[in-house]
Order: sequence, then structure tokens, then C-alpha cells
Amino acid sequence: MTDLVLPNLGDGVAQGDVLKVLVKPGDPLKVDQPVLELETDKATIEVPSTLAGIVKSVRVKAGDKVKPGQAVMTVDQGVAGAPPEAELRTAEAPKAEAAAPAQVETPAPAPTAPPASAAEPERPRAAVVDIAAARQQGPVALQVSTAQPTAPAAPSVRRLAREIGVDIAQVTGTGPGGRISQDDVKEFAKRVMTSFGSAGQAAAVTGVGAPLQVRALPDLSKFGETERKPMTGIRRKTAAHLSSAWNTIPHVTQFDKADITQLEQMRKKYRSEVEKAGGNLTVTAVAAKVLASALKVFPQFNASVDMAGEAIVYKKYINVGIAVDTDNGLLVPVVRDADKKNLSQLSVEIQQLAEKARARKLSLDDMSGGSMSISNLGGIGGTAFTPIINWPEVAILGISRGIFEPVWNGESFEPRQMLPLSLSYDHRIIDGADAIRFLRWVAEALESPFALALRG
Amino acid sequence: MATRVAVLGAGPGGYAAAFYAADLGMEVTLIGEEKNPGGVCLYKGCIPSKALLHVAKVIDEAHHATEWGVTFGEPKVDVDKLRAYKNRVVEKLTSGTGQVAKLRKVHYIQGRASIVDPTTLRVQKSEGGEETVSVDYVILATGSHPTRIPSLSLDSPRVLDSTGALDLPEIPKTMLVIGGGYIGLELGSVYAALGTKVSVVEMTPGLLPGADRDLVRILNQRAEKVFEKIYLSTKVTGMKDAETGVTVSFEGEGAPAEASFDYVLVAIGRRPNASIDGLERTRVKVDAKGFIETDGQRRTAEPTMFAIGDVAGEPMLAHKASHEARVAVDAIAGHKAVFEPAAIPAVVFTDPEIAWAGLTEADAEKQGMTVEVARFPWGASGRAIAIDRVDGMTKLLIDPKTERILGVGIVGSGAGELISEGVLAIEMGATASDVKLTIHPHPTLTETVMEAAEQFFGQATHVYKPKRK
Repeated sequence: MTDLVLPNLGDGVAQGDVLKVLVKPGDPLKVDQPVLELETDKATIEVPSTLAGIVKSVRVKAGDKVKPGQAVMTVDQGVAGAPPEAELRTAEAPKAEAAAPAQVETPAPAPTAPPASAAEPERPRAAVVDIAAARQQGPVALQVSTAQPTAPAAPSVRRLAREIGVDIAQVTGTGPGGRISQDDVKEFAKRVMTSFGSAGQAAAVTGVGAPLQVRALPDLSKFGETERKPMTGIRRKTAAHLSSAWNTIPHVTQFDKADITQLEQMRKKYRSEVEKAGGNLTVTAVAAKVLASALKVFPQFNASVDMAGEAIVYKKYINVGIAVDTDNGLLVPVVRDADKKNLSQLSVEIQQLAEKARARKLSLDDMSGGSMSISNLGGIGGTAFTPIINWPEVAILGISRGIFEPVWNGESFEPRQMLPLSLSYDHRIIDGADAIRFLRWVAEALESPFALALRG
Repeated sequence: MATRVAVLGAGPGGYAAAFYAADLGMEVTLIGEEKNPGGVCLYKGCIPSKALLHVAKVIDEAHHATEWGVTFGEPKVDVDKLRAYKNRVVEKLTSGTGQVAKLRKVHYIQGRASIVDPTTLRVQKSEGGEETVSVDYVILATGSHPTRIPSLSLDSPRVLDSTGALDLPEIPKTMLVIGGGYIGLELGSVYAALGTKVSVVEMTPGLLPGADRDLVRILNQRAEKVFEKIYLSTKVTGMKDAETGVTVSFEGEGAPAEASFDYVLVAIGRRPNASIDGLERTRVKVDAKGFIETDGQRRTAEPTMFAIGDVAGEPMLAHKASHEARVAVDAIAGHKAVFEPAAIPAVVFTDPEIAWAGLTEADAEKQGMTVEVARFPWGASGRAIAIDRVDGMTKLLIDPKTERILGVGIVGSGAGELISEGVLAIEMGATASDVKLTIHPHPTLTETVMEAAEQFFGQATHVYKPKRK
């Protein structure tokens, strides 16, 4: 019998919520067969099996939090077919008992089959049952193992980390065998405090000196009935991500409007062609095309800030993030190499990504590596808003609803369809003048597709 | 005003909590059933059993001395005097804790407490009368008691639990120990050394379930000589009073259907003492196994109440309790302490002793972890040969990638004293090189730890091992 251990879920993903268990005890199992559906970070992941055999017991259930390295089920690898249940149990029971101590300090729940009684095919007399029961509840076996490997740090170092609010599991040790020293912990804390090198690290610091003073919620039930629901994984991550972005990036939002009267005519004209290709020629798709071009002209918008290294990182690729509203919350899949795709291809891809997002099938890869993001709320309404930058990006384009407005053409008022644009940018590396130049460029490209072809 | 803390239960968890809280300037009340702080461990557990095991060891060595050319006569055992010696040991230690409690100004009440509400306790004093204690925090350290088998309960003075066995009612001719765990084997060895023919019955296929088999194998060699019979994979199906003892019926291969013994010692485990009077008046939760549920700080569901030691979960070991005691008191003092040891050592005080800490091979296999096991047999230790105790082995479980020491297992004379180095190595994240490069005194058994580390590199001085590829 072997434990199926939850593999690494990807960079910076420390845990996940079990959404669904896809196998049950007795099921035959193949390598790569999905066994769990996990909600992590912003993605729903199907965890494939690394083992083949027969599922003996499942140790997690929907709603459980699980971490990489945790045993989630037990698999009998020794059998090709499914042998009779009783035979299997007798064979493995002693081993299960001997190994039982591993359960003590691990978060993994105890195996479902109580080992002592499993060893007994029948229960002839009450007395026997009682000994068995006594064993289950208070085995003579000394259960001392702390099976969960702790961070390689001395107890005093672990205590220091906890006192200053550092999650020791996130500290990289510089000593032999990865041993974490006091200096490693202090260095880690210093780095996080000065730079928020990454969202993961920022989240690792809580308590003293943390950037966010989380205030305890007052008792709201005294004002009337309330209901308390735990945050989903996506909500938790969104909250942490946006708080961190809002707290670390000096945001400025610039507004403008683009005359899309002509664009709308074109969009209607070519819509069916794109539909045939399997896409939807939306304003978002057009904006993505425009943004991809604008990022080439304004490289400071396709950058990230490294405060710790006191450097600006310019990206040589152009990937555009598209905010998607789903039942489960806000997700931002990324269209890769948007500058190398035509409008029709972009439309198809955005459509696919949005569907994937709503079906909760986005991978973490699908959601990382963006240059800049677009948040289009125009389908719902609004005249303008101040979007929060999707860190580590440095700008985000917000789009509200395009409406017909009377526009003075020099002689008379003319009805023109005007699209409100909101550009939030990181004022640390983007100056106001550059920001409005960028936004004007985007607006003009939307107004006249020729301008795009000319300058983009 | 000082924080007021009451500690319910005065064992090694309870009195450690009380003393540390007093050291931090808290106003402490400690409630225990005995005259002085000590609990099961000092009064009827670890300490008296070790006094008796020491005597057993001397007897064994005296026997053994014949082989070295020194012959003593057959030992004459004066049970009353032996019991008095054991009681003196207990008295000396517990009066010491009583003194220390006084010096620290811990208010010790001998009695039984019931919970009025989460911050109020009412104590029925043993000397008579009641005392009400009002506090800010309560630490529950009520310990555990030997497991009983209701349907096998024979109301006979000849059926003992560990407490009864330590009282040494007499030295019986024959005794059956039910349960091949550490309590049964330790007390069984005592009686065996005193001259009783002791048999052991164990339900699982091996002695000491939970310990790695390679360690137990070495203990078995001696256990088979010390004990009259060892019945493995055998169940006890009934007990009845016989004229001069107890008739026990068995079910298992190799075991007789029935046999009579002068005494039976039932040592099948311990149960937490979570049925505390008035606990239902708090939000404290008890889990299915009877343990009080706590968080990493040992705080219960009632925020001002903590639980430590046997009543708060496995492993039921005194040193785990005293460590938890400090965590809970630190938490009360507002520190961010959490109970998160990398290793809790376990010691079985049989002869030879077995001790282990951290990862066991069984754990590693269960978790599918790749570990390298470096073993050093005591046959290659000068000191072990000199004391004629080569029945030992020291092993290290090492992560082959980082070379960190993840687990230590030792079987041999005095293994319990040797394990602490291993615990420190695990806690400090030491690598095999660290242990190898630390000079160990010669000739001592501690060298076996160093040589096991050398063995990992194929370089143990006293063992030849073909080169690692």
C-alpha cells in the first residue's frame, strides 16, 4: 500500500481546497487519472494520480484544505485485478497498525478503516471486540512521530520567525542542507518589508510591521441578522492580491473617451466573418489588438517594478490579460503574444479563454505573465471607474459603456458613440504626461483603424 | 494586576505549567490529587517503574557476572524493603516538587476540582472543605488512566493494572502480561528479574507496535530469554477466578486454549481523563477518542482554557506534556508560541532499551519518502564490547538530497540516554556531516551516533563498508 501524495501545485501555491473527490475506495486507478478537483489560487486544477492500482482509502473530502506533500489517498499498487476485500485487509492490517504513529502529528485524517478491527474477519466473543476497541482508542504503541517534516531550522529560529510574523516554510535556508539561520529569517523579513518582492511573500508576513493592519470585525449581529460564510480560494486570493497591489502601487487613473462610431460600423460589418471562425468580435477584442500595438510604442507600460533591485524590468513579449467575470469571482486569463495575432484570432482566443474561465478550467499558466490587462465593464454599464492594477503589471485599461453623445464637429452637434476609457497606471515608473499620451494613442487607434495600421 | 492561572492536574504537564507561569509573574493555583505535585508520572508511572527497573538491571548483571568469573549467590529479594525503596524514591522527588512549588509561591491545593464556569473552579480539598478559585485562565492537565476491558474485568486483586503492579503486592510465581507495549514489557521485565515466570500476550504480530522492526528484533533476542512465553497475534478471550490465581483463555496460533497464572497484568494502553466535572459548562470540545481538542497553542474551543499532556492527545508522554505546558503558558503570556516539535523522543525502558525520534522507517515507507538509513551495529563499538552488551544498534534516517537527519533509532543498553543527541540533531536541522564532524568522547556508546553518520558516507572507522557509487 502506498500513499498518493499531493504533488506540487505550481509556484507559490501553498494549499488548495478540495472541490470534489473523483475516485472512491475500490476504484481501479491509472497513472494520470484525475483523482481530485482542487481550487487553488485562481485556478481549478484536476490532480492526476501518480500511482496505478486500486484506491484503498480516501483521506480527504470536499471542503478540506490540502497541501502539497500531504497524503490524500492510499493506493494498493500490488494488485492487478481487484482481489477480495477481506484478503487484502488481512494482509495489510499489521502494517497499518505499525505505521499508525505517522498519523499523530500530521494534519492528514486517520485512515478510514480502523486497523485493529480490520484485522479480524469476524468477532467471535464480546471480550475480543473489547480488546480491539481498547486498542483503537488507546494503543500501547508509542505514537511519537511527527511525520510532517518541519522546516530545517533550529527551534529558536522557528520561534523568531513566528514572533515577527514570518512563515518559516517560505524562507530559503542558506546553510548546509538548506538549514535556515536567524539571519535568513531576518533577511527574508527585511526583503518583504522593503519591497514586497512578490504577492506570496507579502502574504507571508502578518502581524508586527505588516503593511496591512487587519482590524478585527466588530460584532455586526447586534445590528440585525448576519450570516458568515468562509471565503472561497479565489476570493481569498483576489482579496490578498488586490490589497497588496492597492497598498504598494501608487495608482493614478486617467480618463478619456474614444469615438467608436466608425469602429462600431466596422464591427457589425465583420462580425459574421469572425463568428464563422468561432469568435466574437467584441470591443474587448478590438481593445486587446489596440493595446498590443500601444505596448510596442510605449514600452514603459509593458514593464514591472523591482523596488528591491531598484530596477525596471521591460518585457520583450506582449501578453494581454482579460478580466473575466465568473460565478466564482474575477479571473484574468492572459492572451499570449497578442501582437502576433490578428483581430480574428484574438476574438477566437478571448472567447475560448472566457469559456475556460467560466468552466473553472484555467490553469495557473493561463493566468500569469501578462503585460497589461483590460477590464471591460461596458457590457453592464458605467461611465468610468478606477481599476486596480493587476500586479506585477504596471497599468490596466478600464472600459465602460459606449453611449451616443452630442459632439460638436465645428458646425453642429453630431451624435457620436463615445467609449469611456479609464487608465490606471503605476506612477512610480509612468509619468502623467506619458499616461495621457498612451491613452490618447489608444483612443485614436479605436477611432480610426487606419491610425492603428499607420502607427502600430 | 498579575494574570491569574489555575492548573488542573499536577503531573509533569501541570506542575511544569504552574512553575513556568509563576516564573513569568503570574498568580498560580495548582490542583492535584496527591500530597505534592507529581501526578501519575512521579507517583505511579515513570519514576517508580524506573526505580524497579534499576533493581532488575542490577539483578540481571549479577547473574551475568558469572560469565566474567564473578559469581554472586542467588538474590534474596525482600519485597517490603524493595517497595520501601521505591516509595522513598517517589517521596524524595515529590517532596522536592512540593518545595519548589512553595518557593515559587504557587498555591498548591490537594483535592479534586470541578468547573463552575470557564474562569471559576471549585475544589473539594482532600483535607476537607471547599475552596473556590477565580482565575483568568485555566490549564487542563488531567492526564490519563489505564485502559480497562469492561467485559474482561475480573474484580480480583490478582488482576493488576500498571498502578497495582508498581505496588508490588508480592513476587508471584507466574504472571501474564496482556499487551506487548512499553508498559507491559517494562513492568513484565521487573517481575521477571525478581524471579516471576512472566508470559506476554500481544494481539499484533510483534512486540512494541509503533517501533521500527529492526530495533524490536534486537530486543526480541533478549526478551525471548527473559520471558517464559511470548504469544503474538493472540487474543485473550476470557478470564476467570481460579483457586490460586486467574485462568485465562487465549485464541491464537501457538497459544494454549487456557492457562493459569498467579497474577495478570493488564497493560493495553491508557485513556485520557477528559470527564472533568463541569466541563459541559464550558465550550471545550472532546474528540471521538476522548481527547480534549486544542489548537497549536493548546488552546481549547473555550478561549481562556488550555489543555496539555495526555488529555490533549497522543503521544501520551510526560516530556510532551511539559513541553506543551510551556507553549500554553507562553500563549497565555501573549507570546506567539506554537507546539511544533520536529521530533518527540520515545523511549522504552526494557533491557536493552529502545529509543527513537523523528521519522521512523515505517513512516518513511508509508509516506513514500526516500530516505537513506545508516546503521551502526554495536558489535563494532569498543564500549559495548567492554560492557558485554553488543546487542545494540544505532541508526540514522537521512534525506539523501539535503543529507539532513530526519530520524534516529537506537536499541541497546542506555539507548534512552543516547537519543537526545538525535533529537537535537533533528531539531537543529543538522546534516550527517554535522554529526560526523562533531567529536564524540571515546570510549562511549555516544560514538555509535557519530559512526552511524560516518557510515552514511561509507567511512565508519570501525565498520568496513564497500564504497558508495
